[in-house]
Order: sequence, then C-alpha cells, then structure tokens
Amino acid sequence: MVPLNYYLVLSAMLFAIGTAGVFVRRNLITILLSIEIMLNAVNLTFVAFGRALGSADGQIIVFFVMTVAAAEAAVGLAIVIGLFRHRESLNPDSWTALKW
Amino acid sequence: MAPETLAFYAFGAVAVVASLLVIAQRNPIYSVLLLIASFGALSGLYVLLDAPFVAVIQIIVYAGAIMVLFLFVVMLLNAPHEETEYDERVHPLLRPGPMRFGALLALVLAGELSWALTRSGDSGRFPAGAVASVRAIGRSLFTDYAFPFEVTSILILVAMVGAVLLARREGRG
Amino acid sequence: MPPGISTSDFYYILPELVLTAGALVVLIADVLLPRERRSALSWVTLAAVGATLASLLPFTSTHVEVAHGLLAVDRFALFFKIVFLVAAAITVLMSVRYLAIEGASPGEYYFLILCATLGMMVMAGGIDLITIFIGLETMAVSFYILAGFIKPNQRSNEAAVKYFLLGAFSLGILLYGMSLMYGLSGTTNLRVMATSFGAMAGDSRLALAVILVVAGVGFKIAAVPFHMWAPDVYEGAPTPVTAFLSVGSKAASFAMLIRIFVEGLPSASEDWRLLFWVLSIATMTVGNFAAVTQTNVKRMLAYSSIAHAGYVLIGIVAGTSRGITATLVYLMVYSFMQLGAFAVVVMLRRADVVGDELKDFSGLASRNPFAAFAMLLFMLSLGGIPPTAGFMGKFWLFSAAIDAHYYWLALIGVLNSAVSLYYYIRIVVFMYVKKETLGSEPTTSPTLAVVLAVAVAATLVLGVYPQLLFNVAAASARTLGAAGATAALR
Repeated sequence: MVPLNYYLVLSAMLFAIGTAGVFVRRNLITILLSIEIMLNAVNLTFVAFGRALGSADGQIIVFFVMTVAAAEAAVGLAIVIGLFRHRESLNPDSWTALKW
Repeated sequence: MAPETLAFYAFGAVAVVASLLVIAQRNPIYSVLLLIASFGALSGLYVLLDAPFVAVIQIIVYAGAIMVLFLFVVMLLNAPHEETEYDERVHPLLRPGPMRFGALLALVLAGELSWALTRSGDSGRFPAGAVASVRAIGRSLFTDYAFPFEVTSILILVAMVGAVLLARREGRG
Repeated sequence: MPPGISTSDFYYILPELVLTAGALVVLIADVLLPRERRSALSWVTLAAVGATLASLLPFTSTHVEVAHGLLAVDRFALFFKIVFLVAAAITVLMSVRYLAIEGASPGEYYFLILCATLGMMVMAGGIDLITIFIGLETMAVSFYILAGFIKPNQRSNEAAVKYFLLGAFSLGILLYGMSLMYGLSGTTNLRVMATSFGAMAGDSRLALAVILVVAGVGFKIAAVPFHMWAPDVYEGAPTPVTAFLSVGSKAASFAMLIRIFVEGLPSASEDWRLLFWVLSIATMTVGNFAAVTQTNVKRMLAYSSIAHAGYVLIGIVAGTSRGITATLVYLMVYSFMQLGAFAVVVMLRRADVVGDELKDFSGLASRNPFAAFAMLLFMLSLGGIPPTAGFMGKFWLFSAAIDAHYYWLALIGVLNSAVSLYYYIRIVVFMYVKKETLGSEPTTSPTLAVVLAVAVAATLVLGVYPQLLFNVAAASARTLGAAGATAALR
C-alpha cells in the first residue's frame, strides 16, 4: 500500500496548482476551474486521512464538499452569465464600474 | 514495483499534469476537458484508497454534472478566449505582477505543504482492513450527519433559486 | 440503530425549523400572490423573523449538544442568534423602500435574506466542522446572489462576481485547513478535537492547519490582508444587502472563529493569538487610513467595517473570558450603529440619485433634522465617543486587552480610534456645516423611521446602561466549551 504521505504530497501539489491558477489566469471560467482543483485537493486529503484513520467520516465530508461545490458552481456560473450579458468579456481587468 | 504503487504514480501523474494544463490553457473548453481527465485520475486514486463510493460520485457528480455545466456555459458564452496583452513566449515568472506572484506562491505553497505534512514519522502507513462500505456511509449520513444533510437541502434550494434568478433574462417584473 | 434526528432534537432545533418554514412560505407566497400585492411579503418575512425570535424563548438557559453532537444549543449560540435575527429584521424594514425604488422582485430577495440568516444560526450553533461549513456556505451562497440582486445595475453585478470568486477561493483554503484538522485529530467535532490536540502543541502540521484556517476565516471577516473584496462588494451590492453583509455575515464569521479557535484549538492558542495579533493591528490601521481618503459613503463605511473587525479581533487575541465577552458586546453594539448608518444611506437613495456620495450628505441637517441627528449619533458611536454604545464597546475591548497584558494592542486600538474620528466627523461636517443642498428631500417612510428609531434608541440605551448587555454577554461567553467547562478560557 502506498503510504499516506504520498497522497498528502500529491494533494498539496494539486492545491498549489489550483491556487496558482486563481492568480495566474485572467478568465473567469478558468479561475472557477482552478477553485474546483483546490476543492478536489481538499477531497483527496479528506479521503486519504479517512482511510488512514479507518473511519467513514472522511468520505462523508467529501460528500458534503461535493454538494457545496455543485451549489457554488451553479450560482457562480449564473453570475458569470449575468456579467457576460453586460459586457462581452470575462477578463476581470476589463471591469470598470468598481475599482479592483 | 507493486502494481498498486505503479497505479498510484500513473493516476497521480495524470492528475497533476492535467491540472497544470488546465491553468496553462487559454481556451476554456480545453481547460474543462482537461479537468475532467484530472477528475478521472482522482477517481482512480479514490479506488486505491478503498473509497469506491467517492470514486463513483466523483465521476457521476463532478465529471458528469458539474463539469458538463461548465462546458455548457462555456459554449453558451461562445467560448471567449482569454485576452492577453503580454507576449506569450515570455517565461511565466517574468510576466507582470499577479502572474509572477501566483507562480511564486504556488511553488512556496507546494514546498511548504509537502514539508509540513511529511514530517510525521508515525502515520505514514495505512492500517489494514477498515474499509468504509457504501452501506456504512449511507447509514452514517442519515443518522450521525442527518442535521447537516438537511441543511444541505436548503443550500441546494438557495442555489437553485439563485441560478434561475440570476441567469434568466429580464422581462418578468 | 439510533434514529437520524430524534424527537428531542426536533425540539432543540425549533428556531431553525421555524425560520426555514418562514422562508419556504415566502417563496411559495411569491408565486401565489398577484404582483401588485407582493410588497406584503416583507410583513410575512418580518413575521417569520419575529416567530423565530419568539421560538428562542424556551432556550434561554439551555446548554446541550444535539443532533449527534453536531450542534450546540447554548447561550453563546443564543446571543448570536438574537444578533442575526435583529439584524435581519432591521434589514427587511430597510429593504421595503429600497426594493420599491429599484423595482426588484421581493419574493426571492426575502427568501434569500431568511436563508442567509438560517446559515448564520447554524454557524453559531455548530460545534462540528461539517455543521459549521455547511452553515457558512448556506449563508455565503445566499449573499453571492443577494449581492448581484439588482441585475440591471452593473456595479451590483461586479460586486457579485468579486464576492463569489474570493468567497469560493477562501472556502478552498478554509476547507484545506479543516482537512488537516480532521486528519490530525481524527474527528470533526471541535470539542473532541480540543482534547486530542492537547498533546500536539508545537506540531508543524497543526501550525499549518491553524495558518490555513486563520486565512480562510480572515477572508470571511474581511481582515487585512484578506480584505480586498470588501470595499468593492460593499459599494456595489444593494445598500440593505451591504448592511446585512457587514453586520450579519461578520458576526456569524466571528461566531465561527470563536467556536473553531477557542473551543477546538485551545492547545494551539499561542499560534493563533500571534496571528490574530498581527491581523488585528493590520486590519485596524489599514481600514482606518484607507477610510480617510474615501469620498463614497458606502465605501467609507466598508473600510470602517474592516477597521471594526480589527477592534473585535482585540477581544479574540486577549482570549480571556473578558475578551470574548467584550467581543460579543461589541458585535451587538456594532450591529445597531452600522445598520443605522446604512439606513440613512438608504434614505438618500432616490429613483434618480444613488445617494451614497459624500456630497449627497451636504446640508442634510436642514433637509431632514432627524436623519442627520441619527447619523451624527451613529458616527460618534462608530468613532467611540461617550455616551454612545460604541464607546462602552471599545472601552471593554481595550480594557480586556490591557487585562491580558496586550498593552501595545490596546494603545494601537486607541490611536486608531482617534484617526477614525477624522472621517466620521467629516460626514457630520457635511451634514451640519455645508449649506448647499444638492439633492432633493431624502425619502422617508414609516419603516425607515422605525429602523432609525430602534438604532438610535439602542445606541443610546446601550451607551448609558451598558451593564445589562455586558452581563448577558458574559453569561454567553461562559457557556463556551463542553458541558459548561470553561477550560477553553483562561
């Protein structure tokens, strides 16, 4: 069996990639995808810890995290659609009404 | 190398490389598709972790529902490519402010997290047995965690109302 | 085989059930009522909030853990639930006029206000990471939608996007910290966690978890350097939503913060005290100095709200029973003065004028003396001038810090209060000294008058007779921790 630490390092790498994506990209959709990567890194940590602890709790938390991710994705994409109606751009730098 | 270790490295590599490509893409459609690949690899890792339930809902809910929603929106908005004013050939670390900061932050974060998390000497190995079955998860979800489960239903209702409200065109008062 | 939710659980979550039922009634009534009668929904919403407040009555001295140890029904939760419900009621009263001017549909709006309140109540009662984060998300998702509620308005739209992006990002960080807390302790229950972390003080992984959770919570309370979303969102969101966001969401996030750190991580208190000490000073200083340069009142109040999060953190840093008590007192007091100030901004909103620029306040004293007087009082209270409630709140916060030997923190807090007076007084000068009246009459309505009267009365009464609130808050702070034990507090 692969040790727990391997999984933790893998999830740390995924989390870092997601965080980097939020800062690096200038496209709302890709930023949302980066946040999904972060949440998946979190899920991997929960499942790996849950397995190490021999309890089902880790998987149950993942269930809740996925529910939350789905709810957030639905609302987030609706907001993005609304914004796109105002302005044909998804680049945060093009927002002018409020100072960033 | 044991087949399981091999599978871990294969899935892990796919997950990391696909995720890296997600944030390296400027076409959101490719990003979404690559993320689905990354989620597939994660699903494989969940199987290795004796979590078949999570592995299955990862595919059904994440790859199947959430990512398709993303794909749908990207296509609805006519796949807007990212506008860039800088030269694409420049090395990422030499690009303007937020990019450099982001890349640096990610490197620091990955290093720091890995360092801190692997400093434990004892909890490196998994105990044998103790596999959480779907039955056990379901039972726990509807007994121990019944309260947050019910609150989740309100959360979903809020998300539904919100999505309809925000995405519908004006016209109704 | 234990049942999911037992009968006694149903009794203890009665307030939450009443509020949920109210929210659903509002949503359904919105469809059933003809369009011209939908303004009646605000009264349905108020009735729901009132019924929920009434349903809190049987639990004034309850101290139990319900729903399999996921939720605590204690005075600490009760105190915060009262803050949320009062804030929600005031927000509804403020919204009646505003929604009419904006021409927005009230049904979904009130539904979302009630759901956000429900999320806050779950957060305040949660003693388990799962309950807390589901409550947090219920509140946050409601607010993402509310921030973008005025769809034709581009500013509202951008506010929603910014709030959503940073909210989702901070959730990722918070959850990662929570996953480490779970992995290290083997439980999601904060009170069990406190025991199992007892032997782990100084562990680098625990420190990492604390840093991540502090960052995640820092976003929610808009502490510097995680505050960059707040001014934009506060300025762009509909004014009543901004008011509720800056009061309800902030109070709920502090409730979550106290539950997680004081109940769950007392063994790592050296770590988080230090982090919050830094955050507190940075938040007060940056918030106040940034507020000085603002010309938009909503934006100024946003920075002022950031600064106030810094003051409240002083109580957390002190970490003593007195510190937590002062935190609770200040959150209650802050709710009234902040909501009142936003109510005045709502009054200045007319069909053709946004009314949130500083110049819109010029000559207000001659146009509407009562509104100007109320605003004067809220500004003095926010600045911490006696005999207002804001003074007493700050006094207790700073004395709690001195009591816990955080002299520098108290001193910096006092200096910051002095700086803050500059921009609070500037509004007063605009209202009373400037004579050129730019806009027309501010809109008045019975509901707004009620809001101002309540906020003025609370600001004055709590300033003159503060002992009652202090005693209630002290009793609430004492119920933290398992079974009445105050082990968590020094």
